[in-house]
Amino acid sequence: MLSLHLSALQVVIPLLAAPLCAIIRIPGVTWLIALAVGIASSINSIAILLHINRFGEIVYSLGGWAAPFGIEYRIDSANALILLIISFIYLLGIIYAPASIKTEVPEKSQGWLYTAWILCFTGLSGITISGDVFNVFVFLEVSSLSTYILISFGQDKRCLTAAFRYLVMGTIAATFYLVGIGFLYSLTGTLNMADLAQRLPDLISQNTVAVAFGFVIVGLAIKMALFPFHAWLPNAYAYAPNAVTAFLAGTATKAAVYVFIRLTFEVFPEDYFSGFTSSHHIILAVGIFSAVITSAIAIFQDDLKRLFAWSSIGQIGYIAVGVGLASTAGVAASFLHLFNHSIMKTAIFMAIGGLFFVTGSTTTAALKNAGRRMPWTMAAILIGGLSLIGVPFTTGFISKWYLVSASLEQNFWWLAGLILLGSLVTAAYVWKIVEIAYFRKDPNVKVVRQEAPLSLLIPTWILVVANIYFGVDARFSGSMATQAANTILGVSP
Amino acid sequence: MMSASTIQLYCLVAPIVAVVLIVTVGRVFPILYETINASVAVITFLLTLSLYSALGEGTIESMVLFEPFAGVSIALQAEPLGILFAMMASFLWIITSIYSFGYMRGHGETNLARFNIFFAIAISSAMGIALAANGFTLFLFYEVLTLSTFPLVTHAGSDKARRAGRIYLFLLLGTSVGMLLLALIWTWILTGTLDFRAGGILDGDISKTTLNILLVLYVFGIGKAALMPFHRWLPAAMVAPTPVSALLHAVAVVKAGVFSILKVSIYIFGIDLLQELEVHRYLAYAAAFTIVATAIIALRKDNLKARLAYSTIGQLSYIVLGALVANAAGIVGGGLHMLMHGFGKITLFFGAGAILVATHKTEISQMRGIGRRMPVTMITFLIGSIVIVGAPPTGGMWSKWNLLLGAANTTDWLLLAALIVGSLLSALYLLPIAVRAFYHSPDDGNETIKEAPVSILIALIISAAGCIILFFAPDFAFDLMNMITSSE
Amino acid sequence: MESIGIVNYWIVIALMMIALYIVISANNLIKKIIGLNIFQSSVFILYISIGKVGGGTAPILLKEPAVYSNPLPHVLILTAIVVGVATTALGLALIVRIRSAFGTIDDQDVQQDIERN
Repeated sequence: MLSLHLSALQVVIPLLAAPLCAIIRIPGVTWLIALAVGIASSINSIAILLHINRFGEIVYSLGGWAAPFGIEYRIDSANALILLIISFIYLLGIIYAPASIKTEVPEKSQGWLYTAWILCFTGLSGITISGDVFNVFVFLEVSSLSTYILISFGQDKRCLTAAFRYLVMGTIAATFYLVGIGFLYSLTGTLNMADLAQRLPDLISQNTVAVAFGFVIVGLAIKMALFPFHAWLPNAYAYAPNAVTAFLAGTATKAAVYVFIRLTFEVFPEDYFSGFTSSHHIILAVGIFSAVITSAIAIFQDDLKRLFAWSSIGQIGYIAVGVGLASTAGVAASFLHLFNHSIMKTAIFMAIGGLFFVTGSTTTAALKNAGRRMPWTMAAILIGGLSLIGVPFTTGFISKWYLVSASLEQNFWWLAGLILLGSLVTAAYVWKIVEIAYFRKDPNVKVVRQEAPLSLLIPTWILVVANIYFGVDARFSGSMATQAANTILGVSP
Repeated sequence: MMSASTIQLYCLVAPIVAVVLIVTVGRVFPILYETINASVAVITFLLTLSLYSALGEGTIESMVLFEPFAGVSIALQAEPLGILFAMMASFLWIITSIYSFGYMRGHGETNLARFNIFFAIAISSAMGIALAANGFTLFLFYEVLTLSTFPLVTHAGSDKARRAGRIYLFLLLGTSVGMLLLALIWTWILTGTLDFRAGGILDGDISKTTLNILLVLYVFGIGKAALMPFHRWLPAAMVAPTPVSALLHAVAVVKAGVFSILKVSIYIFGIDLLQELEVHRYLAYAAAFTIVATAIIALRKDNLKARLAYSTIGQLSYIVLGALVANAAGIVGGGLHMLMHGFGKITLFFGAGAILVATHKTEISQMRGIGRRMPVTMITFLIGSIVIVGAPPTGGMWSKWNLLLGAANTTDWLLLAALIVGSLLSALYLLPIAVRAFYHSPDDGNETIKEAPVSILIALIISAAGCIILFFAPDFAFDLMNMITSSE
Repeated sequence: MESIGIVNYWIVIALMMIALYIVISANNLIKKIIGLNIFQSSVFILYISIGKVGGGTAPILLKEPAVYSNPLPHVLILTAIVVGVATTALGLALIVRIRSAFGTIDDQDVQQDIERN
C-alpha cells in the first residue's frame, strides 16, 4: 500500500536529494532541489497526519524486515505533529534562504550549504519517525554533524569556535545516549521502542535501568539545550547564517525534546520517570529555574540573535516544566508549546535576518529607527515578542494557559506564579527591543523607508499570521497536542 | 431588524471600521480623522442604545465568536452593568472626538493618524470588556486595551514619555498576567467555566482559604482599578495628550478596571459568597486607605493633571469599596459612580486641557484669575468638581449617597468615615481651583489669555450638561443597576 | 572467564574518564578531538563486550550448530565507528579553518583573540 510507504519517503526523499546536491553544487539548482524536498515533505507530512487521524498509527518495517530484526518506523499523532512542524519550518526556511544567504555566504559554498541543510532535515525527520532507539542515534548524529557544518557557514569567524564547541558537546551527548541504549540492549536484547516498552517493566528494579535512564536523559538534555547543558546554544545561534538560525530555532531542539518525551514516558515503564525515580521533580525544577533565569540573562544581551537564543533556552525550560509535571495536561502543554514556539521563534529570527539584510548588523544598535524604517520587519519581531510574553491573541497566550492550568491541576500554585513571573521577565527583554526600535531616534539620520525584500518578508509573515491564527483558534493545535500526550502517556481519550 | 446578539458584535466592529476609514480615507484627507471618529462614535452609541432597549424585552442572547480551545470561548453577552459601561464609554467618545479636534490641532501634536487609530482600537477593546460574556473574553480585551493605550501614553516619544510608558506597561501587564490570569485559570480549574452568571460561579464547596486567596488575586490583579499599591501607572500615564487622559484615564481604562472588579464580585463570586469571605473586609480597608491617602496626596500636587490623576485613583477606590462591601446599595452605588465619575472627571480633564491649550499652564498656582478670561472653561470645571465631591445639583450625589448607604449597612464605621473624609478632602483640593480662578485678579501676563477653541468649549458644555442632567434623570441608570441586584 | 568480562568494563570506565578529562582540560583543539575519539572508543568496547558470549565462536555459518557471540552489537558499532570517523573528520576540518582564521589551534589563544576584538 502506497500510504504505508509515506513514512519512509519522509526520510528517503531528502536522503537521496542530499548527495545529488553535493554533486551538482550550483546554488540555484541545489536550492530548487531543496525547495522540492520541502514541498514534497510538507505534503507528505500532511498526508501522514490525515492517514493517522483516519486509520491510527503507522507501523512500517524498513526493507520488509519485521520488527525485532529490522528497523521499524512508527508514527502516531505525537511524532506526526513534530514532523509537521519540522517539514513546514524547513520549507519556509528554504523559501527564505536565497536572499538571506546571498549576503552572507560566498556563492561557491552555497551548494554545500543546501546539501548540509537537506541532510540536517533528513536527520531531524529520521529522529522523529524512527521506532528504533539505535536508529534514533544515527539520525541524531546525521542531524548534528550537518548542523555543525551549517553553523560554520557564518560570516563571523567566531562561528568556527561556536561550531567546534557544539561539536564537542554534541558528540559527548550522542555518546552518552549511545551508552544508555547499550545498557538497555544488554538487559532486554532489543532496540525496538515498542519491545523495550514491553520488556522493561519486569526489570524495573535493576540498577542498570536507572543507569541507562540517567545516560539517556543527560544525552538528550544536552541535545535539547536544557539548562545547565545549554552552553553550546547561544553562540551557535548567534553566529550561524540568519536563515540557518531561523531553521534551527524552530526545529533542532524540538526533535530532541520529542525523543525525550517519547523515551521517558513510553519506552521506560509507566511511572518510571515520575513515580519510581521521581526524577520529574528535577526536570520540573530545572525547567522553571532556567525559564526565569535565562530570560533574565537575555535582558543583558546586546546582540539580537544572542538575545533570542537565550530566550530559546528559557522557552525550552517551559517545555521541560510541562514534561516535569508528568501529567497528560502537562505533556500536552509541552507539545503545544513546541508547536507554538517553533512558529514564533522562527518568525523572530527570520525578521532579524531581514533587519540584517537592510542594516548589515544584528546588534540592538541596528534597531534604531527600525520602527519607522522597516515597519513590517519590526512588527514581525514585535508580534513574536508579544507572543513570547504570552499576550492574548497570540499563540504564546494559549501555551501559557495550558501550562498554568496544568500546574494548577496538581495544585502547584507556586509553579503557576513562577511561570507567570517568567512572562514578566520576558516582557523586560522584549520591551528593551521595542523601546530602542520605536523610541530611540537618531536625529542626524533622515529616516527613509527601507524594507527587507519580499522574499524575506513573505515567509516571515506567513509565520506571523500563523502565530495570530493559532492564538485565536487553537482548536487544531490544542487538540493535536492533547492527542499526542494521550498517545504517549497511554491514556485513552 | 438586527438581532440584539449581533448588535453586540457591531459595537466592537464599529470602532475598527473607524480604523479602516482613517487608514484609507484619512490618508487622503487628514482633516477628517476626528470627524470619522466622531461619526463612528455616534453609531457606536446608537448601537449601545439599541442594546439597552433590547434589554427591556428580556435577556440578550450570548454570541460566541470563537472557541480557542474546548470549554473556553470568546463570547459576548450584554448585561445591565456592561450596557451601562458601554453606553457611557461610547457617549463620552463622541464628546472626546469633538474635543480632540480642537485640542490636538490647537496644541500642535503630530502623528495624528497613529493617535486616532490606537484611540479607536482602545475603544473597541473597552466595548469588548463591557460586553464580555466570560472571564476569558474579558481578560483578552483587558490586555488589548493595555497594549493599545501604550502608544497613546508614549505619544510624545520623549524620554519622559518612554519612562512613563514603562511604568504603565509593567504595572498593568504585571498585575494582570501575574495575578488576574492566575486567578482566572484557577477559577477555571475549580469550576470548569468562566461564564459570568448571576449569583456567581464559585460556590461554598471550595475551601475558604482558596476563595480568599482568589479574591485577593482578582482585586489586586485588576491593576486598572489602581488600588494602592498598584496605582503608580495612572499618574505616570498623565504624560499622554489630554484627550487620552480624559477618555482613557478617566473613563475607558480605569473604568474597565473597576467594571471588571464589579463583574467579578457580582458574577464570579456572587454577593452572598463575598459576604462570607473574611478577606473582603480587609480589601475594603485597603480601598478606604487608598481613598484617604490619595486625597491627601492630591492636596499636595500643584500640577493640575497630577492632582486629577490622584483624585481619580481615590474615586476608583470608592467603586471598589462599593463592590467589596457586598450589598445591594454598594453595588448600585458602585455602578452609578462609574457613570457619574466618568462624566465629572472627563469634564475636569477637558478643562485642564483647555487651560493648557489656551494658556500653556499646567500648574495650579499659575491659574489664579484665569476664570475671568475663560469663564466657560472654569464654570464647567466647577461643575465637574461638584460631581467628584458628590453634591447636588450633579449626578455625583446619587452615587455617593448609595455608596454611603452601602458602607453604612456594614455597620463598619471606619469605612463610612473614610468615604466622608474622602469627599470632604476632594472638596478641599478641587473647589479652590475654580474659586481662585474667579475671585483672584489675574496675575501679571495673564491679561492676553483668550478662551479655548470652540470645539473644546462645545465638548466641555456637553459633558458638564451631562453631569447636571444625570442629577435630574438618573432613572435609567438606577433601573439598570436594580436589574442586577434584583436578580441576585 | 567472568573476571575477564569485568576487566573489560573497568577498562571502559577508565578510558571514558581519561577521555572526558582530555576533552575538558586540553587546550589544543586537536587533543580535544583525540579525547573525543577515545571517549567514543570506550563505548565501542562496551558494546563489543556486551555482545561476547563466553566460549562462543564468531557468528559465521558452521557445519554444526555451535554457541556464537551476538553479532548485532558488532554491527551497531560498525555504524557508530562510521559516525565517529565522520565526527573526527569534521572536527579536524573545523580546526583547519580555525587555524586559518585565528592563526592558532590553542583554545585559550582563540578565546583571547575573540575577547580582544
